[in-house]
Amino acid sequence: MFSEAWEGRAFALALLSNRLAKWNLDAFRHALERLSPTDYLDDGYFGRWLNGAELILTESAILAPEAIEARARNLRGEQTREPSNPLPVSLDYAPSAEGSLRTVDAQPAFAVGERVRAKDISRPGHSRLPRYVRSHVGVVDLVQPASVLPDTNAHFEGENPQYVYTVRFDSRDLWGADAEPFALTIELFESYLEKAA
Amino acid sequence: MSESADRIPASLRTEALEQLLTERGLVDPKVLDTIITTYETYVGPLNGAKVVAKAWTDPSYRRWLLDDGTAAIRELGYLGVQTEHVVVVENSATSHHVVVCTLCSCYPWQLLGLPPSWYKSPVYRARIVREPREVLSEMGLELADDVQITVHDSTSEVRWLVLPERPAGTENLSEEQLVPLITREAMVGVAKVDAR
Repeated sequence: MFSEAWEGRAFALALLSNRLAKWNLDAFRHALERLSPTDYLDDGYFGRWLNGAELILTESAILAPEAIEARARNLRGEQTREPSNPLPVSLDYAPSAEGSLRTVDAQPAFAVGERVRAKDISRPGHSRLPRYVRSHVGVVDLVQPASVLPDTNAHFEGENPQYVYTVRFDSRDLWGADAEPFALTIELFESYLEKAA
Repeated sequence: MSESADRIPASLRTEALEQLLTERGLVDPKVLDTIITTYETYVGPLNGAKVVAKAWTDPSYRRWLLDDGTAAIRELGYLGVQTEHVVVVENSATSHHVVVCTLCSCYPWQLLGLPPSWYKSPVYRARIVREPREVLSEMGLELADDVQITVHDSTSEVRWLVLPERPAGTENLSEEQLVPLITREAMVGVAKVDAR
């Protein structure tokens, strides 16, 4: 599970930091995506969580930038001046319920067996629409429960709950005629999709 | 964060972060310990293995699991953080399912624990959706040409669990005896279960 003791502590501290800042799961994932390549890769998976925790805590003004670095230097015997604590910013955004699943009044826009195209949406910020399926046509395999939309929830701009669809693609449609033959399914939010002829 | 050669080790920065938060009373060290113990002890692939062993030995549970994985898994108490809604797919002699999250490392924590390093690696995440037969072969799983492969890219809160094929030679084993044979690799779909 944790190959070194610090990994478990970094994991737990990241979970608690996200809670402390009153952020949500989507905002947490987006924090990891915004790390520099060095911070994302150089310290391994749990280092990524540690660096994500630092980003969340500094953006929430719970910790000053450089606070962790300064304390770490002092822990190893250097004489570093530590920054004072910033004034905390309060986040006026709360989930409407636990977890990510929600109920919506609307009926699903797409039905099982329907051909749908993943829109070519490319905007800055968090998204769960991978580039490799954009503009490709697949078939709805399953209609999944409605869920908060990560694109807006990660930025504290609303939950926008909507149905999620398991869409099936043919490998040759995604990667070309020479691709290994296989099927690929992926969960796509309703607003990522449009009807395909 | 310093990008210089004297980058401070993550272990030391973790200790620094823990000190900074606990000395201000923002984090309770006991809560921290509880979270770690939970994921080291209670949340792991043993939970998923129990689900699989039950499905192998109880035909009506197997049908329920494949029909409504979330409800069948709730019955055993394994829903929770990172495992809110589960779809279960069955591997057979003709059909093989394998799971990935290309965007991060989404994984059914409550059933399989925290993801193993290969699952989190950028290489696995990029290649399994492009050339799964080749990647599975490199991971030691050779599939016959007529086996249909389905890759599941779990990019939302829907989690996928693979119900592996019950190996030949295990007909006389009980549910309890089957559990230790079932690996997390088999439940992600990068391996088969061996009778051992």
